[in-house]
Amino acid sequence: MNTPSEARQRPVSQPSGQPPPIGMLAELTHRCPLQCPYCSNPVELTRKREELDTETWQRVFAEAAELGVLQVHLSGGEPALRQDLEALVASCAEHGLYSNLITAGVNISRTRLEALADAGLDHVQLSVQGATAEVNDHIANLPGAFDKKLAFAAEVTDVGLPLTLNSVIHRANLHQIPDLVELALELGARRLEIAHAQYYGWALQNRGALMPPREQVMEALELVEAARERLKGKLVIDAVVPDYYARLPKPCMNGWGRQSLNVSPSGKVLPCHAAETIPGLEFWNARDHALGDIWQDSPAFNAYRGTAWMPDACQSCDRREIDWGGCRCQALMLTGDATQMDPVCELSPYHDEIQTLAIVDSRRDDEFTYRRFSRQTAQGDPA
Amino acid sequence: MSADIDAPNDAGGVPALAERDVVRIPRGVRLREDKARGGWVLLAPERVFQLDPIAQQVLTRVDGERDVAAIVDDLAQAFAAPRDRILADVRAMLADLITKNVLEVA
Repeated sequence: MNTPSEARQRPVSQPSGQPPPIGMLAELTHRCPLQCPYCSNPVELTRKREELDTETWQRVFAEAAELGVLQVHLSGGEPALRQDLEALVASCAEHGLYSNLITAGVNISRTRLEALADAGLDHVQLSVQGATAEVNDHIANLPGAFDKKLAFAAEVTDVGLPLTLNSVIHRANLHQIPDLVELALELGARRLEIAHAQYYGWALQNRGALMPPREQVMEALELVEAARERLKGKLVIDAVVPDYYARLPKPCMNGWGRQSLNVSPSGKVLPCHAAETIPGLEFWNARDHALGDIWQDSPAFNAYRGTAWMPDACQSCDRREIDWGGCRCQALMLTGDATQMDPVCELSPYHDEIQTLAIVDSRRDDEFTYRRFSRQTAQGDPA
Repeated sequence: MSADIDAPNDAGGVPALAERDVVRIPRGVRLREDKARGGWVLLAPERVFQLDPIAQQVLTRVDGERDVAAIVDDLAQAFAAPRDRILADVRAMLADLITKNVLEVA
């Protein structure tokens, strides 16, 4: 008897075209009380007035379920800054979508958490920026944040919702990995994500303040592996690897337009959250098109789908359907050409260059550039 | 979770699971049909397990009430197969899913 295997969609060709996506990241808003310097949102943030309204999001969830999406990640920014979050969770539940709330956990009251659970929320993923108040609050640039997160985590488990702790790892908190494991256990989390910073957008701007030294990264990987083995059955530990120091590229998004899609606060449907950094791609908006049409036919989704777009060296590589050519955004950033092989790959002519660049950045002493809305328009709260 | 499932048995890191144990699908994990792709899936935090027809037969019998023995009896009858063989397979499958935190001992 086979043990159930985690979803690895085979590239089965179906009469209707592309195999359907499994997951959808719904970035409900870019507003956030935290200012983490590695934020995965674009540097040019979307303001509240441009956000999709409740009805449009509900239509998007209905279309996602129809298309074959199984899980929706309600994210941001801070998704709880949407006053209609309960209604959006209820909409996911109504359509059978597994809902995962990705939150900073500093602005959700007990009453609201219970309302979200009643609306059918399946899971909470709480971010921590460090394992102590000092580190956490410095990185988030929000005094008092850590204590609020601890209180929120206790309420999540008390309400009976399963909890994942997520921490983005970089030079300023890499030393706290054992403490983060302990914290996850203390808080009753069933899962811990140790996610090394991925250098796009804000993190790219802050690379000189975030990039850890190679030796420490290797040591951290061993620590995580040992903890994962030791805590089997008690705590699931997932790691997002620091790819600048790797020899093989990550299978970014498990392949472009293959398993997941991302809807931005203003309704743009993207193959990944950083896709807008690639110039010349045409994204369709969920305001104007049905999600299924966007998945099948929009130019951005078809740009790097499958293997036909790959350079010859990738097309003839045994790993072409394992790592899917790595990351397009990274190829663009580091080589100037989004169709290049991901320079993390040791076969890339740029491979040595990016390893050197990481080592140089890891020795810099830059200050954080905190994630903020640009000052050109409104002051104070972005509206 | 009960303490005994943390103790690996001698057979290579798989937690021991007794016939009298009752397993259940914890909150945050959902079993459902996947119409778009066909078959059934187990949905867990950041994970989707695609079930083969046998796993589907086992997991649709996991109701938090019946113990492992009752599930095995039912399967042995439904598929007219040797009970010993089914017991070994079911225990291995359930233990593996417990290790992955998508099932728990009630």
